[in-house]
Amino acid sequence: MTRPTVTIIDYGLGNIKSVQQAFEHIGAQVNLSSCPEEIKSAQYLVLPGVGAFKQGMSALIQLELIPAIKEYAQSGKPLMGICLGMQMLLDKSFEHGEHEGLGLISGTVKAIDRHSPNGELIRKIPHIGWNAISPASKWQKSILAPIEQGSFFYFVHSFRAEVANTEHLLATCEYEGLTIPAAIKHNNVIGLQFHPEKSAVDGLAILNTFINQ
Amino acid sequence: MRNIRIIARLDIKSPNLVKGIQLEGLRKLGDPNDFARQYYLQGIDEIIYEDIVASLYERNSILELISKTSDDIFVPITVGGGLRTIEDVTAALRAGADKVSINTAALKSPQLISDVANKFGSQCMVLAIQAKRIDNGWEAYHDNGREKTGIDVIAWAKQGQELGAGEILLTSVDKEGTKKGFDIELIKAVSEAVSIPVIAHGGMGCLDDCSDAVIDGGADSIALSNLLHYEKVTVDEIREHCNNKNIPVRSKSLRGAS
Repeated sequence: MTRPTVTIIDYGLGNIKSVQQAFEHIGAQVNLSSCPEEIKSAQYLVLPGVGAFKQGMSALIQLELIPAIKEYAQSGKPLMGICLGMQMLLDKSFEHGEHEGLGLISGTVKAIDRHSPNGELIRKIPHIGWNAISPASKWQKSILAPIEQGSFFYFVHSFRAEVANTEHLLATCEYEGLTIPAAIKHNNVIGLQFHPEKSAVDGLAILNTFINQ
Repeated sequence: MRNIRIIARLDIKSPNLVKGIQLEGLRKLGDPNDFARQYYLQGIDEIIYEDIVASLYERNSILELISKTSDDIFVPITVGGGLRTIEDVTAALRAGADKVSINTAALKSPQLISDVANKFGSQCMVLAIQAKRIDNGWEAYHDNGREKTGIDVIAWAKQGQELGAGEILLTSVDKEGTKKGFDIELIKAVSEAVSIPVIAHGGMGCLDDCSDAVIDGGADSIALSNLLHYEKVTVDEIREHCNNKNIPVRSKSLRGAS
């Protein structure tokens, strides 16, 4: 059997090396690419990302990758966005202004409120650390299937991806009383707010399911 | 709920893991990668590598270490020690680090905090503060607690947050390596002054020290070295202790660790 090849979009943001190392660890071949043709013809495509939404989208625009990513997504092949990469799958973000996203899953990116509804300072931002995820829908039919509900994953973010259609919400986590989308899914496009590549064995199990679908 | 992170801090004097008392008097303990791997298998939440010599000559050797460690350890790795420029930070991240911790260079040029945060995001920029008690508070030190700055720790922590730091790694120079417990007042003062996570480091000697730092000090994470290196405690024992004290922590995966 040939090894699955994962194309990781290299657009200069974030630590793609750890994503690469995680996929290689589970037996995939990895191709780091910023070439539209390679992205269109990828077998499995991953949009990683750490950092600011605006810089992320600007980099994708500059490298002329957006049409290629959209074409790939329409092909029905598996696409995974991680952290900022997940947020960029949505229509737009309100991180430092208002910025257009890829629009592959309908929704918007908003800041996590530091305050409770009555104005009390209750949450530290960024949300950094390990948090347990719970199913919102269709868990068993997704790449989360091998994961026990309540398993812990590593999060680090200040914004949350709010999907317009609740059917697209796959899993959530709780952070100081706030429900945060942890995983979203629309057809072949999946977004993970946490970092599977930094979430020890359970994270690797998700990546493994991704490359075996 | 906010889960407290348990972090293994490994002081490196290439190529060895070392441990000192109050950041001095070093003892060689072995290959840092072996220790990191052991803690990963135990279920540690994060790893911090601190290059305590941080000479330019040894820079490549710590980069190799990061690269080797991040090959088969899939939890966040922070690297600190002697990072002076955006180029240094870029090299550490390219080698496989997820975050950098910066002390000396930030004290000399606070703008570096903003530069790192703007380029790589705040989550990547850990401000390391070495705090030493003075009459009416704490003074920020650098170079392993040898150089004083005259800068007030609380004011510096606040400024660091303003400039874009995503976390504070707070070391008590007085307590580091003594196993006499964390400086709880210091942790409390800094946690109350900032709204970013604070990692308590320096002085953990027993399990109760850990829960005290969280319950009394308000720490978001605990970093420890000696107790792990000398096998005085395991990560599981810390977790169990936290569970008993109603401190939320990550549960170990049912899948095991490897």
